[in-house]
Amino acid sequence: MTAATNAPAEKADPRLAAAADFLDTRVGISKIVKEFARKIFPDHWSFLLGEIALYSFIVLLISGTFLTMFFVPSMAETHYPTDALPVTMQGVQMSEAYASTIHMSFHVRGGLLMRQIHHWAALLFVGAMVVHMLRIFFTGAFRRPRELNWLVGFTLLIMGLLAGFSGYSLPDDVLSGNGLRIADGVALAIPIIGSYVSFALFGGEFPGDDIIPRLFTVHILLVPGLILALIAVHLFLIVWHKHTQYPGPGRTQKNVVGFPLFPIYTAKAGGFFFIVFGVIALMGATMSINSVWNYGPYDPSVVSAGAQPDWYMLFLEGSLRLMPGLEVVIGGFTLSLAILIPGVILPGLLFTFLGLYPFIERAVTKDTGEHHLLDRPRNAATRTALGAGFLAVWFVLIGAGANDLIATHFNVSLNLITWIFRILFFVLPVVTFLVTKRICFGLQRKDRELALHGHETGRIVRFASGEFIEVHQPLDEYERWLLVSHDSPAPLQIDPPEDANGVARPGYKKERRWQKLSQFFYEDRIEPVTPAELAAAQSHGEHDELPATEAHEEITSEDSAGQIEARTH
Amino acid sequence: MKALAAGRRHRLAPVVLMTLALLFTGVVYAALAPSPAQAETPSAGEVEAGEKLFIANCSTCHGMNAQGTDHGPSLIGVGAASVHFQVATGRMPMDANQPQAEAKPPQFDEAETQQLAAYVASLGAGPGIPSEEQVDPALGDAANGGLIFRTNCAMCHNAVGAGGALTNGKHAPPLYDSTPTELYEAMLTGPQSMPVFNDATLTPDDKRDIIAYLMEQREPSPGGFSLGALGPVSEGLWAFAIGMSVLIGFAVWIGARSS
Repeated sequence: MTAATNAPAEKADPRLAAAADFLDTRVGISKIVKEFARKIFPDHWSFLLGEIALYSFIVLLISGTFLTMFFVPSMAETHYPTDALPVTMQGVQMSEAYASTIHMSFHVRGGLLMRQIHHWAALLFVGAMVVHMLRIFFTGAFRRPRELNWLVGFTLLIMGLLAGFSGYSLPDDVLSGNGLRIADGVALAIPIIGSYVSFALFGGEFPGDDIIPRLFTVHILLVPGLILALIAVHLFLIVWHKHTQYPGPGRTQKNVVGFPLFPIYTAKAGGFFFIVFGVIALMGATMSINSVWNYGPYDPSVVSAGAQPDWYMLFLEGSLRLMPGLEVVIGGFTLSLAILIPGVILPGLLFTFLGLYPFIERAVTKDTGEHHLLDRPRNAATRTALGAGFLAVWFVLIGAGANDLIATHFNVSLNLITWIFRILFFVLPVVTFLVTKRICFGLQRKDRELALHGHETGRIVRFASGEFIEVHQPLDEYERWLLVSHDSPAPLQIDPPEDANGVARPGYKKERRWQKLSQFFYEDRIEPVTPAELAAAQSHGEHDELPATEAHEEITSEDSAGQIEARTH
Repeated sequence: MKALAAGRRHRLAPVVLMTLALLFTGVVYAALAPSPAQAETPSAGEVEAGEKLFIANCSTCHGMNAQGTDHGPSLIGVGAASVHFQVATGRMPMDANQPQAEAKPPQFDEAETQQLAAYVASLGAGPGIPSEEQVDPALGDAANGGLIFRTNCAMCHNAVGAGGALTNGKHAPPLYDSTPTELYEAMLTGPQSMPVFNDATLTPDDKRDIIAYLMEQREPSPGGFSLGALGPVSEGLWAFAIGMSVLIGFAVWIGARSS
C-alpha cells in the first residue's frame, strides 16, 4: 500500500533524541510524525496547481502585511506634497488612501516592489485556483467522497474574488472608483431592496467617505481570515480522504501509489514554494502592474478608456457590456434589466451551476459509489463537454469585457464585435459542447482500436499469396490497463409505463424524466474493450503475428518495401 | 493746451472722442487678445507653391478651390493648424475610404507641408500653427495637465494616452509618438471624431499643461515594463502568459520523474 523505506538504523544524535523525547512526552509528536511523515501522495504535475494557489496566498499575506504598514485607509481630503514624486501628482487634491498608495510607491524603499508583488500574486492566486478547479472538474475528482471539499474550494474561489475586488478598490484611484461605481449600480438594480443595499454599503449616497475603511477591514481581516480557515478545512479533507490518483497499473480505489510526505514531498513542496515566490518576485520587479499614479485620484466625473477590472472580474464587465439596454417600469418603479440580468442573474446562474455540479452529476447519473481513481477526461465525454461549454461562455464574456482593446488591436469595429459576441454567447457553448463530445468519442475509439490491435509499426509485409499487411505490435499489459480499466456506465433502465395487466404505473413519468437526463449523460458511449473482445481480436489478428505459418510466408520488409516502390512507379 | 480746452465744447468732440476710444480699444485688443500666433507670415511665393501642391494632390477630393466635393469637406477657414496636423501626421492625403484617416509616414516634407498650410490659410482665416513657446512642455505644469487630461481626454485616449476604441471602427489614437506641435494642433482643430478644444474651452496654458503631462508619460515606467499601459486586461494576459505558464512548467518539472 505504501512505499515502505527501511533505512538501516543509524546511531541517533543524543541531543536530538532528548529533544524528540521531550516533545513526544509533552505533545505526542511521534504519533503525529508517524501519521504525517508517512502519508503517501501520488505524483503528478497537475496535483501541484492547488499548491501554486496556496503559495501565492502566502506571498499575499507576507507582502500585504508590509503594505498595511504604509497604507492609510481613509477618504479624508488631502493635497499631494508639491515636492514629492511623481511630478504629475504634485499639489493634486486626493484622498489619504490614494496619497499613501502613491507615497509608498515612490518614497518607501521597496514599496513599489511590494505593491507589484502583491498584485501579481493576487492575479496568480485566483488564476491558480481556477486552473486547479478545472483539473478537479475534468478529472472527476469532485465525486464521492469529495463533494464537500469541492464546495469548500468553490467558496475559496468566491472569497478569492472578494479579496481581489476589495483590494483593487482600496487605492481609491479612478479605476477602483469606477469598479465601485459599477458594484453600486449592480446593487441598485436589485429590485425593492437595491437602494437600501447601496446606502448600507456606502454609508449613504455613493461614494460617501465610509467605503474605503470598510473595504480595508474586509480586505485585510475578514476575507483573509476566512480564506485561511477554509484552506485549513480544505487541506484537512485532502488528508482525510487521501489524495486521488490517475488510473494506472496497480492503482485501485483502495490504495494510493506515490511517495511519502517525508522526505520526498516536504522537499518537493518546500522547493516549489520558493519557486513560486521567486517567479512572483521577478514579475513584481520587472513588470509594472496597476500603476495607480497613471489613473489619477478618484473623481466620479472621470472615466478613462480601457477601464476594466482585473481579469477574474472581467466576465462580469463583459456581461454588462454585451447586454442591450433593457428597462421596464412597473407601477412607477424602474426595473433595470440591463444591469439586473448581466450583473446579478447571469453570474448567479453560472456560479450556482459551478458550485452544485457534483450534486447535479450525482443526481443525474445515480452514481453513488466512491471514486478515488480519476477519470481521463475523454472517458467522461458528457462532463468534459459540459465543462468545455461552460468555459466557452466564460471566454465569450471575457472577450466582451475586453471588446475595446480587441477593436483597437485588431482594427475591427467595436459595434461588430459586440454583435458577434452576443451571438457567440448563445451559439458557442452549444457548438463547443457538441464538438468536445465528438472529440472525446473519437479519442475513445482510438483507445479502443489501440487496445484491440496494438501499435502500428510501419512494417508492411507481403505474403506469398500476394496479401499485404501491416504488422501491429500488441500492447503490453501496463499500456492496455490504462485503456481498458475505466467504467462506461449505461443510461438508467426503468420499468415499462404499464405493468403486466396494462395498468399505468404510478411514478413512471418522474422516472422517465430522470431517465432522459441519464440518457443525456450516458446514451452515446463507447464501451471499453472486454477481455472476450480482446481475445477475439487477437485470434483474428493471428496472421499479423510473426513468424508466419507455412501458409503465409514472410517476405522480408526490405524486399517488400522495394516491391511496393517498384509497383507504384 | 488752450485750443484743446476750448475745443472740448465743440459739437464734433464726441465723435472725435468716440473714434479715438474705438481706435484705442481696437489697438489694445489686437495687442492683448489671444490670437493664433503665426510662426511667420507666409510669403506670396509660399502660397503659390502651396496652391500647386494642393491642386496636384488634394483637389480630387477637396475641389480645385478647396471648396469641398462629395468626397471631401471644404477647407476654407480650417486654418493652417489643421492642414499642418493632417499632412504632417500622414493622415492626408488619405490612402483609402476608411472609417477614419490613419496616421502613416507623411507624404510631404516640412517645407511642402508649410506651403500647403499657407495656401489653405490664405483662403480664409483659421487657427494658425502654434509657436515653439506655446507647445514647450518645459513651460507647462504636468500635474494640472493631468487633471485636465483626465477630465477631457482620458475617456477616449486612455489615462496615459495609450489610445482607445470608438464606435464603428473609429478610434482615438495613442499619443506616444505625437510631437507637441501636433498635440496642440489636434486640440485646437479637433480632427476627425475629436471635439474642438478652442482657446475658450482650454486656454493656451491649459493646452501646454496637457502637453507637459503627455511628455511626462514618455519617461521610463517606474515599475518595470509598462506592458502597453493598457490596464488590467493586459496585466491579466501577462499573468497567464508569463506567471502561470512558467509556474506550470516548473510543476511539470517537479512532477516528472516518478510514477
